[in-house]
Amino acid sequence: VSSSSPVSAVGSAPAASSESVAKNVIRIDEHILEIVSDSGEGAQKCGQIFASVSAKMSYGVWTVEIIPAEIEPPARTPASASGNLIRFGRDQITNWGDEANLVVAFNEQVLLSQHRLHALADDCVVLIESMWSEHPDEEIRQEWKAALEEMAESHYRIIPVPMQEECLRRVDDPRKGKNMFVLGMLAQIYGLDLEKICEQIRQQFAKKAPEVSKANCDLLELGVAWAERNLDFRIEIPRIEIDEPRVVMNGNQASALGAVASGMEFCAMYPITPATSVSHYLCEMFENYGGKVHQAEDEIAAAGVAIGASYAGKVALTVTSGPGLALKTEFIGLAIMTEIPLVVLDVQRGGPSTGLPTKVEQSDLLAALFAQPGDAPRVVMAPATIEECFHAMVTARRIAKTFRCVVMVLSDANLASGQQQFRRPALDEHWHAAPANHRAVGADERPYDWDPETGLSQRIVPGQPGGMHTVTGLNHDRDSKVEYGPEGNQLGCEMRSRKLALLHETLSPPPVHGDDSGRLLIVGWGSTKGAIEEAVDRARAQGHSVSSTHITFLSPMQPGLGDIFARFDHVMSVEINYSDDLSAPHITPENRRIGQLALLLRAQTLVDIDCWTRVPGQPLRPGQIHEAICNKLSSVSELEATSS
Amino acid sequence: MSDQLRSFFGCGLDDERTFDLEDYGDVVARWCGGCGDHGILNAVKRMMRDEQLLPERTVFVSGIGCSSRFPHYLNTYGFHGIHGRALPVATGIKLSRPDLHVFVVMGDGDCCSIGAGHWLHATRYNIDMTVLMLDNAIYGLTKNQTSPTTPQGYKTNTQPKGSFLPALNPLTTTLGVTNVSFVAQTADWVPAHLLATIQAAYRHPGFSFVRILQRCPKFTAPLFSEQARTPDLHELLVHPDGVTVPALDKIYKRRLEHDPADLDRARMLAEESERFRLGVFYRDDTRPRYDEIRHLPTYTAAENIDRLNLELDRYAV
Repeated sequence: VSSSSPVSAVGSAPAASSESVAKNVIRIDEHILEIVSDSGEGAQKCGQIFASVSAKMSYGVWTVEIIPAEIEPPARTPASASGNLIRFGRDQITNWGDEANLVVAFNEQVLLSQHRLHALADDCVVLIESMWSEHPDEEIRQEWKAALEEMAESHYRIIPVPMQEECLRRVDDPRKGKNMFVLGMLAQIYGLDLEKICEQIRQQFAKKAPEVSKANCDLLELGVAWAERNLDFRIEIPRIEIDEPRVVMNGNQASALGAVASGMEFCAMYPITPATSVSHYLCEMFENYGGKVHQAEDEIAAAGVAIGASYAGKVALTVTSGPGLALKTEFIGLAIMTEIPLVVLDVQRGGPSTGLPTKVEQSDLLAALFAQPGDAPRVVMAPATIEECFHAMVTARRIAKTFRCVVMVLSDANLASGQQQFRRPALDEHWHAAPANHRAVGADERPYDWDPETGLSQRIVPGQPGGMHTVTGLNHDRDSKVEYGPEGNQLGCEMRSRKLALLHETLSPPPVHGDDSGRLLIVGWGSTKGAIEEAVDRARAQGHSVSSTHITFLSPMQPGLGDIFARFDHVMSVEINYSDDLSAPHITPENRRIGQLALLLRAQTLVDIDCWTRVPGQPLRPGQIHEAICNKLSSVSELEATSS
Repeated sequence: MSDQLRSFFGCGLDDERTFDLEDYGDVVARWCGGCGDHGILNAVKRMMRDEQLLPERTVFVSGIGCSSRFPHYLNTYGFHGIHGRALPVATGIKLSRPDLHVFVVMGDGDCCSIGAGHWLHATRYNIDMTVLMLDNAIYGLTKNQTSPTTPQGYKTNTQPKGSFLPALNPLTTTLGVTNVSFVAQTADWVPAHLLATIQAAYRHPGFSFVRILQRCPKFTAPLFSEQARTPDLHELLVHPDGVTVPALDKIYKRRLEHDPADLDRARMLAEESERFRLGVFYRDDTRPRYDEIRHLPTYTAAENIDRLNLELDRYAV
């Protein structure tokens, strides 16, 4: 084995040896690892397998996909960076953390993209494909040099790895095999279970010829052997103790499995990033449970087909993302008016318009609540973890059925592709609706027999003798007859709204993370929970009086918030949506546009809630939130000092 | 039937019930006097009576417009939805409940304009449903705006100098869609033909598209008044596999033998002509049906939980 050529002034080239080198064992509680390649070189697959095997070895994990916006962006450019970030460690991991501690890069340009995003810790270990430094193409050699110069100020430990050369020993086209070599190298570094990896590889390539799995496992071995011979360190992370069965998956898988577990049998959808993988998974397995996925001709039709299926008796699902939600608006209003139960899963991405299709944002909150002409009350809930993605679907179906209403579940791109382990759900028959019963309808039964107290009424579906009526998007009375009278519309609106008040009564206040009272309370919703709580913990460890709370039900708004807020001197929301910065030109407290949750909470509680929001197209980091907390605390202290 | 009887009959004695015209609806429709929709409603009720459809297993889905009030005047299940979107709703109903008879009633604005995308795709899905497109060549409910089927030059509130473009031809359009399986045309003023056509459409296993030329006395009276009075301005397509109405033989003398299996000729005959061509242009009972292809067995909750537990094993830590 030849060693790679010396590549840079930074870091040390590995020793050339046919034997294993002495290892410096680094023992640490957690590590953040990034694998980046050109799009199509398989860093994502490598990262997914790494994450799921480490979770199966009972490490806590959280992953974030690094996704280029195009299918085939030009190779060897920062825009081409594709891969995975994996944060794993001995504790339950709830977010992607801060900068990466170790990165594997398939070329210097994709490494540069992560450097420019400040995604790498200053002392990050960089394992990089070495072939580019001595590439026959002068231009590439220059690019390599320039990239390393740009990164020269950091203190990365850059270790060249002859990936291409090593892979050529087993395959003709290393572009297709480097990811498995890298996986082997990482398995050696972190001591991952090789048998579990091979098992995963065999599962992955089950549909292909056995030679494919074999070649991939061989490449894996090559990676292990190379690291064994050449790297002078190993990383040891203690595992978590678990005494309960657990599963590991990403949020879109959890949402799809939750839909099945809820007993839903119909999903209508139209392809849209980042929601599509929910449908892909359902398409693969829903039929095994008697469930259908209908790929409609457009987003509008997807909503309509789902509503038709729901009207015919069962609660149906439609899956979409921001632009699709906008198109479904009119149909969602119809479902609300006709009280046809419907579950809408919105996997949020960056907006407005086409926005950031592959990237995370929490910007659909107000649209989910209010995008509708007329008064159109619906339930809106937001899972905060992968586990909640699963259970949210079960809860959503039950609420939709019980309250004859539309339930919107707001997930996001961060949850969609992030993998996390959680308690294995104990499936329950009671999660399903009772089988269809087309009993005859009594003479005194009516299609909208609203209980004047609760607004609830029993649904009558086609097939029930004696129950024939026409549902209509026009305002209607208890018999579903069109009603234009002065009191009729008031009554219909009251009855549909009353159901939300009823649901509100069944909800509990959100728990407070940290002390029950204090100087500052951070409020969040959705996927930011883990990062917020980690930031709060850091601030508390420094002696700051800060706590947080996380809201799951946004419509009706979870109860008890006013009481919780009253126990804190200041309240600030942290969200991944846009708000004006008070220090920006022309922005005053009067014209400042604030975060979406902050706006809702101010209206609901009359508390003067501040917000700290960002739209970077990536999840918030605990470090950023921690800084925002510290800044907020010092600015309120200054204000108080000047006013006294 | 009294309400009491209705609930009594729901207890499994379906077979012994017989239904009269009034069992399918006895309210007075609130369309203008002279509107073609009245006759279409009567024909539909007669067809249901003749076929003895169970009212509780029959669903009429409509969009928005004058004709979309249709379900309100029937004693079946009805779904009066939003403009242009009757077809997706009907698709969802039939996919999840193959036991229901699904009818769609929509106007030319619904079908050919705001919901045109759904029209093409629903034709291709070829789901078993009967689709009645009530074409009065105008937007009536919103009071006299040009529709895609308004003839060129015809003056309306939105194109007061006359419709700018040649009218869209719903027959050739539908006949051009892959997997089309039934296309017919009839007119509200030829009741016997109307009934026979709706019946043939109902009996067709698949997506049966019927364009019904429909008089609007308020806004498009001149387009149809002379034709409606003049049998010679019609040409009946006749064939044993199409629609034959012997009672019309003496009045409607212009007849054309057309085998509805012949798609090329159907497309040719569907082009604009001097006379209204009424009859079945095309039918093919063998086209693949999406509702059949997607038909699935059902499982109990317990069976599904067992399977889902196996699936969860794949993710087990």
